[in-house]
Amino acid sequence: MLSRVADSLYWMSRYFERADNASRVLKATYGLILNPAKFSTEERWFHAVSSLAPGVASNKIDPQHALFLLVADPEGSFSIVKCIKGARENARQVREEISSEMWEHLNRLFHDVTGSELNPDDDAGAMRVVSLVREGSYRFSGITAATMNHDEAWHFIQLGKYIERACNLCVMLDAYFDLGKHPDDLDWVGLLSSCAAFEAYCKACTAELRPDRIANFLLLKAEFPYSVRYSVDRMHEALTGISDLSLSRRTENVERLIGRLRSKVTYAQIDEIIGGLHQYLAAITDQCRELHAAVHELYIEYPIEVAFQN
Amino acid sequence: MLAWIGGASMILETDTSDRSGTEALHRYELDGAYDEMFSAVDHPRKQYRPLHNLLLNLGRDELQRSKHEADQSFFNQGITFTVYGNDEGTERIFPNDLLPRIITAAEWEKIERGLTQRITALNLFLKDVYNEAKIIEDGVVPGSIVYTCKHYRREMRNVKVPRDVYITVVGTDLIRNPAGNFVVLEDNLRVPSGVSYMLTSRRVMKQIFPGLFQKCGVRPIEQYSQVLLSTLRSFAPEGRSEPTVVLLTPGPYNSAYFEHTYLARQMGIELVEGRDLVVHDNIVYMRTTFGLQRVDVIYRRIDDDYLDPLVFGNGSTLGAVGLFNAYRAGNVGLANALGTGVADDKAIYAFVPKIIRYYLDQDPILENVETLLMSDRGQRDHVCQNLEEYVVKAVGESGGYGMLIGPHSTEQQRAEFRQKIYAEPRNYIAQPTINLSTAPCFVDGIIEPRHVDLRPYVLYGEKITIVPGGLTRVALRKGSLVVNSSQGGGSKDTWVLQN
Repeated sequence: MLSRVADSLYWMSRYFERADNASRVLKATYGLILNPAKFSTEERWFHAVSSLAPGVASNKIDPQHALFLLVADPEGSFSIVKCIKGARENARQVREEISSEMWEHLNRLFHDVTGSELNPDDDAGAMRVVSLVREGSYRFSGITAATMNHDEAWHFIQLGKYIERACNLCVMLDAYFDLGKHPDDLDWVGLLSSCAAFEAYCKACTAELRPDRIANFLLLKAEFPYSVRYSVDRMHEALTGISDLSLSRRTENVERLIGRLRSKVTYAQIDEIIGGLHQYLAAITDQCRELHAAVHELYIEYPIEVAFQN
Repeated sequence: MLAWIGGASMILETDTSDRSGTEALHRYELDGAYDEMFSAVDHPRKQYRPLHNLLLNLGRDELQRSKHEADQSFFNQGITFTVYGNDEGTERIFPNDLLPRIITAAEWEKIERGLTQRITALNLFLKDVYNEAKIIEDGVVPGSIVYTCKHYRREMRNVKVPRDVYITVVGTDLIRNPAGNFVVLEDNLRVPSGVSYMLTSRRVMKQIFPGLFQKCGVRPIEQYSQVLLSTLRSFAPEGRSEPTVVLLTPGPYNSAYFEHTYLARQMGIELVEGRDLVVHDNIVYMRTTFGLQRVDVIYRRIDDDYLDPLVFGNGSTLGAVGLFNAYRAGNVGLANALGTGVADDKAIYAFVPKIIRYYLDQDPILENVETLLMSDRGQRDHVCQNLEEYVVKAVGESGGYGMLIGPHSTEQQRAEFRQKIYAEPRNYIAQPTINLSTAPCFVDGIIEPRHVDLRPYVLYGEKITIVPGGLTRVALRKGSLVVNSSQGGGSKDTWVLQN
């Protein structure tokens, strides 16, 4: 596969996952702020903004405009609409590689969410976009799995999706666990819903909301699709799939990095890491970043001299 | 008198309620142009009778629904083109008319023979011009016109071209004159586009008019991609038994990008951009996740000038450095070859009948449109005094750009063109305004005639193949004669009948 194509597929998938993540967080947050509770509306938006738009001075966020900022802000690089545009733009570059069904779905979603200019005060309109993306993203995953060959292109799509998911989960956990005061049950529900995990958590751990169990579930649960462990396992699968196809390439570095990351989430126990959770999450994010760079150098932007040595 | 009143009130009624097909056709007026459907008012030609019957029985709402369904299908498939010089919303849906344009077997047979003859001759012309140049020596085509052509490429002199075929993919524009004969308006020998619209609109039309297809006996066009692929493969360097063919695109911002992706997918080949290609030791490679992979044939959809910055020295990043040398060394096939624009120059066009006679010793089967060369003093003076009667075209342009349509022009536009012509006579030609034939189109809820042309696609590999059909382009603005998609044109599915 062309390196440029692999890169576009990877980014299409990352952008889509980013939009999907934002839509889950916003849906949960918007549901929460309707309830009176210990945390103020500002503080709740603070969670959302700091997990979706790191780097933005979130304490200065005007709650009235936070929703607009995260959904449709034309300036910010992290709004849902921007992410869908990014996903579509990348898909447009590789239309011949993805199935027609995938393109049609993504294209329609793009037109649906960009069809009308959102007014900054229009909460209902913003939430409509959130719902469109929520549903759109489940369907996109289904269509992707059902309509394309599970070959190299698929592996790059999976890799992008799960590397993005792992990073997003870490940032989100960090935002919730790194608070001055202890969140109450409603906020834990918020976190779980943000990870589409509430029902699954209750099934596995009952409805008793304990921070360590929640952290354990979202970090280390191998069977739950929105956990870090699950994401890292899928990244590993994707990378193995890619390297199995390209026999002659030098994959040692990438293999070492994914192996290290896997051991970090496979053999950890929650009571060992809950104390230094922030450092633990930061280490995972860093390792994902390193892995991203290594994959890029191995498959996408390798020097020509290296290619002729093989 | 009573009957007349009755008729009038019926029209009034139908303006507010459901209008049946009969009334959708009611305002169909024939002017001087040849009409594809009607030989006279209420007299449909034989090949159009099944469609005519259907239109009589379909209500306006049903037509509108079908139209909506078709548009939706185009929209969802992202069948778009890009408009240059328009900042906002550069992607547009390609407007497709609901009603097919129908061509009889006999008409097609003549088109096929005529195009085969013409393309064979033009290819021989290219080979000659870039080698011995006998046709110039023999005084049939003046060297002053050939060598001043903007698209003449000196670099191509004495370059051995695989199979001696320069023009692999051709899209020739035909129009039908008021006498009902197809004549050639333009040869597109560089990078003709539009074939994807032909293929996709057929797919949509099959969903919408399945019954009509059966009744009419329409010849298939779906094999186009297979024929294109095998044609391209035939240009692989010798000894490459499983050649890698790629389609080279300028990228997503090109007006025909949809088509590039579509064709690449249909053929199952890689769609590459210049930045994917690397030339090393005169061999072209593409950068893949498995490493560098050799490329044998490039179906290039970018212009000559951008193919290789090393040769054309314009710093283009669309092509690949060293590509031309690899081509000259015979290590990669290019379709089309470089420099083919010299044969579709609009001034050379005037000589095509002579070119056909010179190489093939035959009379042209398809006529040309009368063409006046502005480099000729007498013709120039005549045209400049009567600009309102002529269509003036810049010789090296395409896509309907750089054109004056005399009868529809303002005094100011004419003055502008007069100046341009005198400043650069070699750069302009003039043709009498031709009334293109009209075909029924479903526009704003009624059926009205609109002007159309026809672009069949010719593939030249081991032999010449023309898929029975083509792109019928429609000037969707009432009365307009400009069919280019960049200028408000649309398309129609084109049906060539079995017999």
